Amino acid sequence: MADILLEIKDLKVHFPIRSTNFFGGTTQYVKAVDGVSFYIEKGETLGLVGESGSGKTTIGRSILRAIEPTEGQVTFNLDGQKVDLTQLQGKDLRAFRRHMQLIFQDPYSSLNPRMTVRDIIAEPLVASKLATGKEVDRQVREAAASCKLNLEYLRRFPHAFSGGQRQRIGIARALISRPQFVVCDESVSALDVSIQAEVLNLLMDLQAEFGFTYLFIAHDLSVVAHISKRVAVMYLGQFAELAPTKQLFYTPRHPYTEALMSAIPEVNPDVEMTPVSLKGEIPSPVNPLSGCRFHTRCLYVQDKCKTEIPQWREIEDGHFVARHFADTLALKGVTSLDSSDGMN
Amino acid sequence: MSKTTEQIERDTLLEVNDLKVSFKTDEGIIVAVDGVTFSVERGQTLGIVGESGSGKSVSVKAIMQLLPRTAIVGQESSIQWCSKNGDIIEITRLKKAGREMRRIRGGEIGMIFQEPMSSFSPVHTIGNQIMEAILQHRQVNKLEAHEIAIDMLDKVGISNPSVRVDQYSFELSGGMRQRAMIAVTLSMNPSLLIADEPTTSLDVTIQAQILELMNQLQEELGMAIIFITHNLGVIAQVADEVAVMYLGHILERGTAKEIVLQSQHPYTQSLLRAIPHLDRLGERLTAISGDIPSPLERPGGCPFHTRCEQVIAGVCDTQRPALTRISSTHTVHCFLHE
Repeated sequence: MADILLEIKDLKVHFPIRSTNFFGGTTQYVKAVDGVSFYIEKGETLGLVGESGSGKTTIGRSILRAIEPTEGQVTFNLDGQKVDLTQLQGKDLRAFRRHMQLIFQDPYSSLNPRMTVRDIIAEPLVASKLATGKEVDRQVREAAASCKLNLEYLRRFPHAFSGGQRQRIGIARALISRPQFVVCDESVSALDVSIQAEVLNLLMDLQAEFGFTYLFIAHDLSVVAHISKRVAVMYLGQFAELAPTKQLFYTPRHPYTEALMSAIPEVNPDVEMTPVSLKGEIPSPVNPLSGCRFHTRCLYVQDKCKTEIPQWREIEDGHFVARHFADTLALKGVTSLDSSDGMN
Repeated sequence: MSKTTEQIERDTLLEVNDLKVSFKTDEGIIVAVDGVTFSVERGQTLGIVGESGSGKSVSVKAIMQLLPRTAIVGQESSIQWCSKNGDIIEITRLKKAGREMRRIRGGEIGMIFQEPMSSFSPVHTIGNQIMEAILQHRQVNKLEAHEIAIDMLDKVGISNPSVRVDQYSFELSGGMRQRAMIAVTLSMNPSLLIADEPTTSLDVTIQAQILELMNQLQEELGMAIIFITHNLGVIAQVADEVAVMYLGHILERGTAKEIVLQSQHPYTQSLLRAIPHLDRLGERLTAISGDIPSPLERPGGCPFHTRCEQVIAGVCDTQRPALTRISSTHTVHCFLHE
């Protein structure tokens, strides 16, 4: 097994919500992330999928300490030296931030309209005091060039660029401090199909060149499958399943994964979509259910699921699942479509 | 099926001919839709795919006469609508806020939008908004309208409709809001439903539910649908016929099968190659080079020639390709096929 870059143990992020009444206030918690453990290998891409409200973004941001985790450990392996990110404070944390970066979803609101492209890309260098003077310029040009940005445009402002170009500016900004770990939070979701392909290719090229490790969060399953080595499926603040991409897509072991896979619209009118219909919608994360969190919508629910919390366990090499009957039920993955190759 | 019913089913409901829409802006005139021709048959689903700036939304807004004031619809453009009583109405000649147009808008052609959050009023209950539509278009009193509203909510699969009817849009989740939106539209029993990216902001599982619902309602009520999306997977699943748009032009048209499996236009082909496919994991995607040209700098000749790999110099950049017929249903605008 390759080196582990990040190990997350029992991560919890709870947001307090206060409701006041005549007798004072009661505090309840939105359990956005509620006990998640996993690891990310050096140089790999871990995909993270799940419905809106499942806690994908919160996980990404709490690892980066953009949101304070409530509980748990995040161990970052910085060239052999192990650092617990949740314990870092003040100066140490600020100094550490150069090793982790975030690429945002919306290329329009994530760039300051009053800064030139050069200043935007240079900001991580300046903020971490990694370079000064001419050296900043040199590195900005290098980062911009590797993101295929036209160097003549560095003095322009973001509004002069199209969505795809803006996203490349965002990527250049993220990679200039040579981070080890990059969170891509829906980074290609707002882009058109033809532009999305280019940005995905760029992210993969940069990974090959600089050895970045990505946590790739997206709701488009085929995009996640394309870029990720392993994929985690999240449901209501917890992981339902985590496995190598092909295993997860072709032989899912969790009913929720099965439902997700069956809902992918196939780009072929001959293959009819037969979605496993989930009853209702994702329940509220304020008072999560007893037992398995998925039991209200599961097709295979049994009495045990309603009371006992399923263990997160490894059922095959690298294939994790939180489910009671993982060994007894056969589930359907995506069907292989060798004959559907209609592109001429 | 007898011949007569087949005859009726094949009837053309909507015929759009040479539609041109441009916008006056401070920087000049932007041509958003540049001579688009298509038709919708009764009970059929026409899918329109295209990226941003392709003019897909503007085209359908022209049909509904919902364009902003700065829009100019071309003089030769014609939009013919076959009304419920059998009359053929030329929509471009109608007054925007006139009686006839208001009857058609909603009453005969319904529309659902991408953002279910912003298409509802936050200060009126869901029920009120459905009732408003019913009272506008049907001869019923308030009580009856309330009953119909509950009935419609039930029909689109909202559980507990008699409670939901008195709730506000922010109390519903995204998927439920889109269902409620469909309920508003269907309560007027339109013969054509225009869906502008109805599932784009929804999760895949909810998207599958909504697509299934639309499919089932179409079978039940026999309405035609124009389905706009940028997602080729969704289009392959829902559409009978597909039109591929780029920069205000329809580049290719055909049955869903012809477009997805036997596409002839380089643009359609590259779009299909650009989407990640589960069968080809880890392979490099073939991106389309360059960016979508700015609306102020629309290229002459074939609109796609600036990004096309098979561009013929001196031909594609100077002349507009004419329509070439590949089969009785499949047409393409490309010099490679002329």
